[in-house]
Amino acid sequence: MKNFLRIFYLFILFSGVQSNSIAAEKIEYLKTDWSFKGLFGKFDRAALQRGYQVYTEVCSSCHSMKYLSYRNLAQKGGPEFTEAQAKAIAASFEVKDGPNADGDMFTRPGKLSDKFVMPYENVKAAQAANGGAYPPDMSVLVKARGGGVDYIYSLLQGYEDPPVGVTLDDGVYYNKYMYGNKIKMSNQLSDGLVEYSDGTNATVEQMSKDVTTFLMWAAEPHLEARHQMGFKAIIYLIILTVLVYFSMKRIWSRIETEV
Amino acid sequence: MSDHQYTPESKFGKWFNDRLPLLTLANHLTDYPTPKNLNYWWTFGGILTFCLITQIVTGLVLAMHYIAHADMAFDSVEHIMRDVNYGWLIRYIHANGASMFFLAVYIHIFRSLFYGSYKAPREIIWIIGIIIYLLMMAAAFMGYVLPWGQMSFWGATVITNLFSAIPLVGEGIVTWLWGGYSVDNPTLTRFFTLHYLIPFLILGLVVLHIWALHVPGNNNPVGIDIKKPSKDTVPFHPYIVIKDGFALLMFMIVFAFFVFYTPNILGHADNYIEADPLVTPAHIVPEWYLLPFYAILRSVPDKLLGVVAMLSAIFILAALPWLDTSKIRSAVFRPLYRQFYWILVADVLILGYVGAMPAEGLYLLIARVATAYYFLHFLVILPVLGFREKTLPIPLSITEPVLGGSPNLATAKNKESSIIK
Amino acid sequence: MSEKKTNRRDFLFTATYAVGAVGVGATIWPMIDQMNPDASVKALASTEVDVSAVNPGKTITVLWRGKPVFIRRRTQDEIAEARSVKLEELKHPESDEDRAKDPEWLVMLGVCTHLGCVPLDQKGDYNGWFCPCHGSHYDTSGRIRKGPAPTNMEIPKYEFVNSNTIKIG
Repeated sequence: MKNFLRIFYLFILFSGVQSNSIAAEKIEYLKTDWSFKGLFGKFDRAALQRGYQVYTEVCSSCHSMKYLSYRNLAQKGGPEFTEAQAKAIAASFEVKDGPNADGDMFTRPGKLSDKFVMPYENVKAAQAANGGAYPPDMSVLVKARGGGVDYIYSLLQGYEDPPVGVTLDDGVYYNKYMYGNKIKMSNQLSDGLVEYSDGTNATVEQMSKDVTTFLMWAAEPHLEARHQMGFKAIIYLIILTVLVYFSMKRIWSRIETEV
Repeated sequence: MSDHQYTPESKFGKWFNDRLPLLTLANHLTDYPTPKNLNYWWTFGGILTFCLITQIVTGLVLAMHYIAHADMAFDSVEHIMRDVNYGWLIRYIHANGASMFFLAVYIHIFRSLFYGSYKAPREIIWIIGIIIYLLMMAAAFMGYVLPWGQMSFWGATVITNLFSAIPLVGEGIVTWLWGGYSVDNPTLTRFFTLHYLIPFLILGLVVLHIWALHVPGNNNPVGIDIKKPSKDTVPFHPYIVIKDGFALLMFMIVFAFFVFYTPNILGHADNYIEADPLVTPAHIVPEWYLLPFYAILRSVPDKLLGVVAMLSAIFILAALPWLDTSKIRSAVFRPLYRQFYWILVADVLILGYVGAMPAEGLYLLIARVATAYYFLHFLVILPVLGFREKTLPIPLSITEPVLGGSPNLATAKNKESSIIK
Repeated sequence: MSEKKTNRRDFLFTATYAVGAVGVGATIWPMIDQMNPDASVKALASTEVDVSAVNPGKTITVLWRGKPVFIRRRTQDEIAEARSVKLEELKHPESDEDRAKDPEWLVMLGVCTHLGCVPLDQKGDYNGWFCPCHGSHYDTSGRIRKGPAPTNMEIPKYEFVNSNTIKIG
């Protein structure tokens, strides 16, 4: 048993080292409380709905979200718009479809099964419209950045005037959380930029938090199910481990050896 | 094998067993006499079997939904994560399962190093194990390419380029591996095919590994030969089965924690960016389990020699049964070896750490010293130690704490028992 | 004393086995369920069809859930033929009134109920459909009249969104 605990500690140490070595490279990000962290972490529905509003009104003019469908907006564990609301949202977008019987493409109002409409036809068009820089697809953006949600949250609030000695080209901006501090996206958020339907005060900090929450859900739509299942699975494993432990003790008691 | 002749009780069982002795095999496996003093470090064999089965089952499921095409691979992985029923669960088990597999295999290997399990008469078990380990690395590397993220693409580029170090034919081999002039769709499809094949090769080798194990029987913490079956052994079932089961459950708790709460911590964020042949990520690192070898590769300034050093670091293990000249197996009775053993463990951990760091300045220096020490351990320290070390007296039996006096006496006894067998 | 001990041991082992079996079951389920239609497939469950260009006596075939759906605008003769058949004569008795709410429009899954082939339009002994695979004859209402197919061709759930558009599913 002593040996066993030693192995167990090794595991803990191992996981600790991993996260430390990752954390070592990072700069200090702005901190906020994320409701989806922790053993029972869940998304804040209202924040997700507000975050979706910020995404559509601000981000979506340049950033696509090609892996999301309008049906996801009504899905359990997400923003949980009602089915009717999600349908209305989908219908407010023009979706390209076709070819029809004449071989022509046509547009129609969006349906729940449609993917989020993309701001540009393709990557080249996106680059051409943005001075050569491709605004990254946001579907898994949170998972594709080392700092995750804290990084995105900080970045949105990290715009400031460049320090003395730093010169910026046209179309390049200074952001203290960006890798290399130079970013091709200008500051997008300003207080009161969107008008939240639930009356929340749309400060830059609030919008950053909401839209980051929304992006986290977009990248991990099954996060709530994962946390719930994980808790059950681990409790189950602990119960079975205890039972097996006592069974083992009993079986080994037939011979005179410590197990 | 020393198994007694087994006859099934039922008439049908006897009829069947005469034609295909599956029942004899089952009986051999359940009755297999196992040293009763095995500690928990010995449970990792069972844990590894579990890991292999888990990877094969979840891998089969993923292959039902995955599309091995450069244009669709990344999309199909996202499809698995979002739309396929329990797809996120199965993929996270498979991705973290690879890490858990390597964690377990490293513990298994270092257990063997500590207790001298690679020594006669178990050299073949050990060498099969090294081949399994090599195939595991190949499978893991190719599996990492399949999501077709940035790390997949650039990892594949860097690793396949290792072959270009071979004089004269190197470039040709690399082009042949790629099926083109860069890592592209043909590379992806062939990697997928091989990634699917290798686990079954591993499974076959595992059968051989266990078969070879069942000829001499398990080594044990004391490291002496034991008579089997005897009062020093217990039947595999139920004693070892339940103990392995208990350890496996503890292992699964850790596994579950990774899968459900930090599923991406062992991966790299850049692999959630779709592969782009025009942009290399700022910081290319292999998965954690390959880092020590990566450090050895980078510590040598010459391209060809770096590759040679990295491969030698693995192949040198195959020669270990002959490099270690000591007659005593277990480090418990080798006070000096025990210290060198822990230095080696630290050395490999250091190599892993510097492998994750940029190859410059102090890190590079440390990597070079650690690489040199790694080879020194196997090529100089171990052979010399066998002749110079003053070992402790070893017991004659694992049940009776009677000390057998000098190691030579015990060796004589080992020889005697092998003659009797 | 020893009997009591046995009972306790049995209970412990039984409990361990039982709990273990529950876990095995719970683990197998995701591996099975992953083969069921996924969320994106389920989302495509309905499709809308513009039928304004379909003249009487014409059939269009549209894809719904990966299967062909026949949408036929029937002529008065066909309707009369379908409605005159006595139910007793049918292998699978269904009235045409039940199968085609609007008598002019017959909307049905174009899949032979024998082994899943697609029957040919306006063929066979009953002026309806004929399945080339094993010779099933369907009438102008898509009902099985002759041959190995056990039941009539299936009518999917559909509705007229407006006079020109049918929503299937």
